[in-house]
Amino acid sequence: MTFHLNAALAARSFEVSLSLGPAETIAILGPNGAGKSTLLDIISGLLRPDTGKATIGDKVLFDLTADKNVWRAPHARGTALLAQEALLFPHLSALDNVAFGPRSAGASRTEARETATHWLTEVDAGSLASRRPGQLSGGQAQRVAVARALAADPDLLLLDEPMAALDIHAAPLLRRLLKRVLADRRAIIITHDILDALMLADRVIVLEDGRITEEGPTRDVLEKPRSRFAAGLAGLNLMSGTVTAAGITTDRGQVVAGYHDGTAVPGQDGVAVFPPSAVSVFLTQEHGSPRNSFHVTITDLEPHGDQIRVRAGGLSADITPAASADLGLTPGMTVYFVIKATAVSIYPA
Amino acid sequence: MNRRSGTGYTGIPPWIYAIAAAGALFVLLPLVAMVAKVNWPQFIPLITSEASLTALGLSLRTSAASTVSCIVLGVPLALVLARSPFPGQRLLRAFVLLPLVLPPVVGGIALLYTFGRQGLLGRNLELAGIRIAFSSTAVILAQTFVALPFLVVSLEGALRTAGNKYEAVAATLGAHPTTVLRRVTIPLVLPGLASGAVLSFARSLGEFGATLTFAGSLQGVTRTLPLEIYLQRETDADAAVALSLVLVAVAVAVVGLSHRRPHTSTAPQGAPQ
Repeated sequence: MTFHLNAALAARSFEVSLSLGPAETIAILGPNGAGKSTLLDIISGLLRPDTGKATIGDKVLFDLTADKNVWRAPHARGTALLAQEALLFPHLSALDNVAFGPRSAGASRTEARETATHWLTEVDAGSLASRRPGQLSGGQAQRVAVARALAADPDLLLLDEPMAALDIHAAPLLRRLLKRVLADRRAIIITHDILDALMLADRVIVLEDGRITEEGPTRDVLEKPRSRFAAGLAGLNLMSGTVTAAGITTDRGQVVAGYHDGTAVPGQDGVAVFPPSAVSVFLTQEHGSPRNSFHVTITDLEPHGDQIRVRAGGLSADITPAASADLGLTPGMTVYFVIKATAVSIYPA
Repeated sequence: MNRRSGTGYTGIPPWIYAIAAAGALFVLLPLVAMVAKVNWPQFIPLITSEASLTALGLSLRTSAASTVSCIVLGVPLALVLARSPFPGQRLLRAFVLLPLVLPPVVGGIALLYTFGRQGLLGRNLELAGIRIAFSSTAVILAQTFVALPFLVVSLEGALRTAGNKYEAVAATLGAHPTTVLRRVTIPLVLPGLASGAVLSFARSLGEFGATLTFAGSLQGVTRTLPLEIYLQRETDADAAVALSLVLVAVAVAVVGLSHRRPHTSTAPQGAPQ
């Protein structure tokens, strides 16, 4: 019972293919407008791609390849959708909201309510059963929405930034809840938060401009990001280019010396990755190798923990507030970012 | 929510109130003039005469029937107009709304040439032994024709405001489109549907021109209350005024009902407690 998808939609320059095991959860990460919601809409049947095919085991969700024209309606797919807003039906009690899925599947009123009570209890919302959605807080409503989605017994659960609309107190509670209920379940979760990916997902997919730019186990992607977006999530600097014997050469001709992990072969596409804490900031050119030195213009200074994060030329450096004051850093200044070659990892892109 | 506290800034220039008052008077004054003209000692006998009661009964029955037809025909029309874009949609909307601006007598003539004995459909119905023109059915058709746009406009607005997010969620939970319509869409737009139905009922109750043209004025069969009032006006002005007051009272009651919304069921979610 594996889920397979490949779909293309030219109007949104969207082209994605992915697979998902029976109890696997993947996190979809990516900038706004990358096509994350398009992906969920296509899977759930709310949006029709130009071509492609999706199956869950033997069940064909759609098959628009070649001259086939199979399109299963959203209600027959078994792909429950949980969005940013809880979207509980305002005219039904919490219990009847959760009972909606079982009722639609043909269960009797009593059976459906029993199922609903079970799932409400499962999300610690048993005491809210008789409340109307208007009487629930955002976090409570979202918990009921989780129960409603699970009560429909979906083959694939789709979560579209379920924590995004919650306040900082409600989000951790829901995240713990999702970790528990998603453990043995197939799910795709769209998120902006690296913590969601770490806690909830077995695997992450980075989507940029409608294409998958990076894919792999969450830990690997965060430790060895290959896309600028994933590097940003992991809090790392990333420069891409062509692998050389000593490091890489970027498209703009910058030479980055670094430490080869042994997998990169000179001539292939590669990346140089280093943490902002490894970057030193100087006002003048430093001499003495083995060091990388980049002449950059400061775009932003911002607090980052107990450090100051200096952003310049697409790179970040973390320095102490004292150092920043000593150097008199302001946006618009040109400085040198200096990184020891031993702090730079080089691996294939 | 009716907020009647006068503490907030309204931004309305003072002279607007004077014109607004004149406008209100323009509507109220004729009603007052009519009430002043009522022959109160004879009021009860006048409105309980056989002709009056027959006309009132016919009016209420036909208006109720035409409201039901408006719901049966209008709900699907509003759904199609609000939810599924198709070529010619704007044209269809324009035609559905046409009776709003069409003189009712023109509607009556159009209906006559459709369902009359020599009409487009009437000819075939006649062969099948069904005669519609100048029957109570004709009254209901005339009322439905003029009242349908009220329901469609009101419901289409409610559907557009509600959006279809809830429907999408319901579908992914496994609900068949018919189930979604019955358990989600209709309950969500119920206030809009109710006020549309009430407006349709009120419009049916007041229908005159199309009824007279298409259904005629046979006592007990097609002579509704407005027709009875028009007829009485020639012979017995007191009766006409008394019956007019009855119609005003029914209309006020109906419109009052439609504005007394129970609770806004489409309140935003996640409101803090």
